[in-house]
Amino acid sequence: MDMKRDYYEDIELFKSTTILVWSILFLIFLGILPWLIQKYHLLGMSIYILNLITIHAIVAIGLNILVGYTGQISMGHAGFFAIGAFTAVILVLNWSLPLWIALPIAGFISSGFGFILGLPALRLKGPYLAIATLGFGMTITTIIKHMEFFGGRMGLQVPKIYLLGTPMKDIHYYYVIMIIAVLMVIGAVKLIKTRVGRAFIAIRDSDIAAEAMGVNLTYYKTLAFAVSAFYTGVAGGLYAFILGFINPESFHLIMSITFLAMVVVGGLGSVMGSIAGAALMTYFDIKLQAIQDIPAIGPALVTFSQKYMSIGGISNIAVIVYGLIMILIVLFEPLGIFGFWIRTKRYWKTWPF
Amino acid sequence: MRIEFRNPQSEIRIGEKMFGQLIVSGLAVGACYALLALAMVIIYKTSEVLNFAQGEMAMISTFITFTLLENYHVPFEWAVVLTFLFAIFLAIFFEIVFLRQAKNPTVIGLIIITLGFEMILMGFAGWKWGPDQRSLPFPVSNIEAYNVYGLIISKINFWTIVISLVLMFILFLFFRYTKLGIAMRATQQNPLAARVMGIRTKWILSFTWAISSMVGAVAGMLIAALGVLDPPMMMDPLLKGFASGVLGGMTSLPGTAVGGAMLGIIENLFGGYISLSFKSAVAFVIIVLMLCIRPSGLLARHYVKKV
Repeated sequence: MDMKRDYYEDIELFKSTTILVWSILFLIFLGILPWLIQKYHLLGMSIYILNLITIHAIVAIGLNILVGYTGQISMGHAGFFAIGAFTAVILVLNWSLPLWIALPIAGFISSGFGFILGLPALRLKGPYLAIATLGFGMTITTIIKHMEFFGGRMGLQVPKIYLLGTPMKDIHYYYVIMIIAVLMVIGAVKLIKTRVGRAFIAIRDSDIAAEAMGVNLTYYKTLAFAVSAFYTGVAGGLYAFILGFINPESFHLIMSITFLAMVVVGGLGSVMGSIAGAALMTYFDIKLQAIQDIPAIGPALVTFSQKYMSIGGISNIAVIVYGLIMILIVLFEPLGIFGFWIRTKRYWKTWPF
Repeated sequence: MRIEFRNPQSEIRIGEKMFGQLIVSGLAVGACYALLALAMVIIYKTSEVLNFAQGEMAMISTFITFTLLENYHVPFEWAVVLTFLFAIFLAIFFEIVFLRQAKNPTVIGLIIITLGFEMILMGFAGWKWGPDQRSLPFPVSNIEAYNVYGLIISKINFWTIVISLVLMFILFLFFRYTKLGIAMRATQQNPLAARVMGIRTKWILSFTWAISSMVGAVAGMLIAALGVLDPPMMMDPLLKGFASGVLGGMTSLPGTAVGGAMLGIIENLFGGYISLSFKSAVAFVIIVLMLCIRPSGLLARHYVKKV
């Protein structure tokens, strides 16, 4: 049943008609999702949160290509995110390019930086790579902060984008972002299934063995960085436009760690897992930021904070929960949501036994 | 070295004694980096875990000192002792409750665990003490200064350097001559053989964490005394600590100490003569250059991993 007879069968996007039908149904669901949310306010969601989730999903997929598939850790993706955001805004602001040209350019500039960072990464492994990328992420924001061209410490006001004469709102951005995200998901799935993806996975499992088998390490490692940075850069551009205002302070180390957390929670080496991880962590983050509004727990925590903690820092509970989730996932479910999904599926497949 | 474009701010400061001044204050900052880096290297050597939570562990310990001094009016010496006890508790708690539970962890898994702990501590500090900037009431004034042959050394800088040197010397003696230190080195070199020789390697690991956390706490206090005390205060020093570690070789304690001092001086000279705003980019450039040119660091022996 699962037998593959030739290469093209293996790289097919939809393995069976069932999957194709489900995918189309899912796309239709995504199409009407904003309408559902506006009407029923599911789980306290808003279209802004949906946009944020989708953007984070793009970043998580990009980061997963690097961390999960190629096995190269990066703690500097907030840097690429910042590069994408500032490039897109400056292209629209100073050269008044349309959004659909500015975004790919932002992505390519970001991937150029990814390529540059990939060069030293060729010689580095594990912890050393983490240090170098951490340094990259922190340095990029410092440089942006000190350059007047990027608005300095104050940041930049993002110009309004007009669609057929009316300024774009969250709902319009939703469709733009969703189309880009779907394209990028398909791109990632295809990439992983083809020659390039196999090379990435070979490098992850053992780079020396991969090199011995003829995988060009220099080419594929820098390519992994460039692709990952491209995804993050495009997502950064979109982020700037839904936020309406960017300043370098917001692209800090914690942001890089949250991206990494999304990938780990979703499952290393799984595109669908990244999407799930991004959705879950973003939703948690936004809901926990306003923890005092949650019924039952909220007021109790407020009184507790007034008594023993500081009331101004109550939103920091989100950070604590984030950290706990990261640790618990690594300890108890190293494959993340994806691993959980696989186990559940296997359980039901062989159910009575 | 003089560069053509200088910003006017640094132009004013360039005087005859400027070079010496920059070196002295660089040395003081570098001593703090070196201590933080030492804390990380002690753990990295023993267990191959790169502790990204080191900065935040130090930050929390410093906040404990602050609370003891401000709210409970404990004398400074006792506050430091209690902080050390807290630091030991924190490190052993983390080691036993989180790190030891990981079964066959990958490098990425270990990094994620320490990052998660970092976020927990960061969030806790933000929740407990809020985002305000405070100053640690340190018994050494940071306004008064000594005058040594025309060089003006502020008291705080002087004592930072002295405290760091003394601490490094104690660490050196500890690793060289005490039974525990020798057991720790044995565990680093070959855990299995160490176990066979009757060393409880698990205890040694907890002990390593405890020592590292204490060294980190001293670094945290000194950094807070030189600057301000607030939850994100260790973000930058953490990167600098890594840079010093890489500069000296992540497996060599003397190398790390030298690396920290060098980083502090280079950074300060860069800030004084070339550009103040891009001062913090120096650490990153040093990390990348060092890792590309000489990955084993200045003083560590070259280390090749067998496949």
